[in-house]
Amino acid sequence: MQQIVQVKGLTKLFKNLTAVKDLSFSVNEGDVYGFLGQNGAGKSTSIRMMLTLIEPTSGQIELFGMDLARNRREILRNVGAVIEKPDVYKYLSAYENLELFARLSGIKPSKKLLMDQLEMVGLAARANDRVKTFSQGMKQRLGIGIALVHNPQLILLDEPTNGLDPQGIADIRNLILHLSRDLKKTIVVSSHLLSEIEQVATRVLIIDKGQKLIEGNATELFDPAQTIVELQTMDNVFALEQLKASPWSENLQAQRSSAILIKLNRTEIPALHTALAAMQIQLLSLQPRHSLEDFFLQITSGNQHVDTYTN
Amino acid sequence: MTSLVTKVKAKLDQVNDYEAEGNMKTDVSFIKAPIGKVKVYFKKPNKFRLKKEGGISLLPKGGVSVNMSTIITTSDFVALAAGEADVEGFKTKIVKLLPTNEASEIVITTLYIDEPNLLVRKAITTTKENGTYEMQMSYGAYANFGLPQKVIFSFNTKDYKLPKGITLEFDDNEKPLSEAQKLKNKKGRVEITYANYVVNKGIADSFFK
Amino acid sequence: MWTLIQIELYKIFRRPRTYIAFIAVAALITIIQFGLKLDGKSYTDFLMKDIGGTMEIDGNILNGYLICYIMLQLLLVHVPLLVALIAADMISGEANMGTLRLLISKPFSRTELLLAKFFASTVYTLLLLVWLAILALFLSLWIFGTGDMFLMKSSYVVLLSENDVFWRYVGAFVFAALAMVTVAALGFFLSIFAENSIGPIVATMSVIVFFTILSTLNIPIFNALKPYLFTTHMISWKEFFDIQVNDANEAIVGSIQNPQKIVNSALVLVLHIIGFVGGSIWIFNKKDVLS
Repeated sequence: MQQIVQVKGLTKLFKNLTAVKDLSFSVNEGDVYGFLGQNGAGKSTSIRMMLTLIEPTSGQIELFGMDLARNRREILRNVGAVIEKPDVYKYLSAYENLELFARLSGIKPSKKLLMDQLEMVGLAARANDRVKTFSQGMKQRLGIGIALVHNPQLILLDEPTNGLDPQGIADIRNLILHLSRDLKKTIVVSSHLLSEIEQVATRVLIIDKGQKLIEGNATELFDPAQTIVELQTMDNVFALEQLKASPWSENLQAQRSSAILIKLNRTEIPALHTALAAMQIQLLSLQPRHSLEDFFLQITSGNQHVDTYTN
Repeated sequence: MTSLVTKVKAKLDQVNDYEAEGNMKTDVSFIKAPIGKVKVYFKKPNKFRLKKEGGISLLPKGGVSVNMSTIITTSDFVALAAGEADVEGFKTKIVKLLPTNEASEIVITTLYIDEPNLLVRKAITTTKENGTYEMQMSYGAYANFGLPQKVIFSFNTKDYKLPKGITLEFDDNEKPLSEAQKLKNKKGRVEITYANYVVNKGIADSFFK
Repeated sequence: MWTLIQIELYKIFRRPRTYIAFIAVAALITIIQFGLKLDGKSYTDFLMKDIGGTMEIDGNILNGYLICYIMLQLLLVHVPLLVALIAADMISGEANMGTLRLLISKPFSRTELLLAKFFASTVYTLLLLVWLAILALFLSLWIFGTGDMFLMKSSYVVLLSENDVFWRYVGAFVFAALAMVTVAALGFFLSIFAENSIGPIVATMSVIVFFTILSTLNIPIFNALKPYLFTTHMISWKEFFDIQVNDANEAIVGSIQNPQKIVNSALVLVLHIIGFVGGSIWIFNKKDVLS
């Protein structure tokens, strides 16, 4: 599998700040690469260096197997990006903005291509309206349309859901999945919110204070033996009472929206099933589920335990 | 002397009106002007007009009537002989004309008359309002009518200066003038060379309004 | 590169702000023409006060040629602001709008981007000058007629024959265009350093006002600086309206008193343009785009 992105020893020093320090990672073809970190961790700086907006202090960036510094023009023809809140020319229409940026990306777009692109991001009906009249969500969608109009192989999305409502966030998520699964694009998406990445990333890098904490497959970031199971019962109060009084009390985790969470080794699931029946807990569903969020919070806060426990 | 002046005047009186083309050259220290084509119109006794076709003409103030007919009046003056002088190779008699009318604009006129030809070669006129100016005439084909081929009109000029703030000139490359230069700058000349006279063909009075 | 230029021109002329300058020029010029048409005699009487003591001036002094000259003297002090409105917005405006980061991540170099932007702002400047020429010269000629041109300098007056004027205006407007492109280059340069347009626009005008004051004051300590200030050279368009005289003090039709001064000033302005644009490219290539 081709490595689309390879970053080695990337460092960026601003006057009083080391924004990125000796960062190395790689992104394979077809990956949805989640680039995670708190605000100010160095995610945006790293993405901007990959787009030549910022010059690295040291290190090397290779995209499509070519050195970015030496093959910038050729590489960027095949890269699309949405950098934070996408801004376009407010005095132009959606169509005019899309056409302008398509030409800047090196293609001569036909009217059909542009309308298809607008259709894909749900803006065909507003094609001739000035962007000045658009909501934040519509501008975001236009930004994504602009990033994709020239059919790039690599797409960089820096905080693409900033300022969006839940529907907007869902739309972005679905689009990423569509781009990855259906169109086979390679995507790097950065965010400080794990909940956004959780459902789309195939690989993840967690960055903190400019340094890589971890890089790997989403599932590999967890202890593969550990899982969190979500229980739904007929009577959660009774179930909780029973579980607290049982040997399973130590496994109890946070209670979340009418589900009881139990952390245990996967191999213990059958035993739990049996114990629940013995305790006469009427089970509606038992779902093994783990969340990247907990892991991220644990690692970035240096805390190994989940403290929240709701009775 | 009066009879000499009268004879000269009579010669000039042959001309009721004339229209002439000419080239006018302005030689004033603070004026840069090209030679301009002009048309001159005259009608007895003292209507005079100088026109630069479609253009701007610069003439000495008060001395527009560069014309002998208006300078020589045959009444209300006292003529005094004042010797002889040589003007451009011509022997001339100097006659001073003093107007008897105290309201006259002219204070005194000194004429240098070429007696054999009855032509005025030079005239120096002092006026109340406009200072002293000098006219020097040379004659050619129209000498019979007393109409000059060339008139050089000399006059005194005032200093000219506009503040640099108005003209927005920032360079100060002017060198201080020598005394001789300053004196030279005080005098100006207008020279008109006439090409074609059309004499006594009739010009309407309304033309001079 | 051609695509970039087309796009930059498109952006400039689709933006409503661009037309403010054209409207402002039209308004200023027509107001001056209106005023002079109504009461031009008082104005010329005022101008002729000094020379009127010696000479009588006859003819159509207040014709289109003189009026155009008067307007150029007034407007070429104010047109720089209108030029700066666009030029000083070229980079800072993109940063302010948030579009700069998108532009930089496209497959062309920063140098190409800057050159295209500067070229586009030059086209705008030239069009503004053409507009100025049409209104100040041609409209004035239409309203006030043609004739000889009577100009009053600080220590002498110049009379130019009617047929000796038009080519001088062509030269003067070309030179004025060069001067305004220098202003555009300055605004463009200052635009690199800001993320909103107001700063560079104000800074451009402040530099011009400050340098103009230095150029105007006749203080020895500043005289050494004057030759190096572009504002000193911006007004050399006036040299087209000065004429040589021969030994007999006759003006030589078709001549210019000091053609070398025009050439020298043009060179100084070109050097400034190269300096500003070159500096912009050099700095911008090293700049981290954080907006």
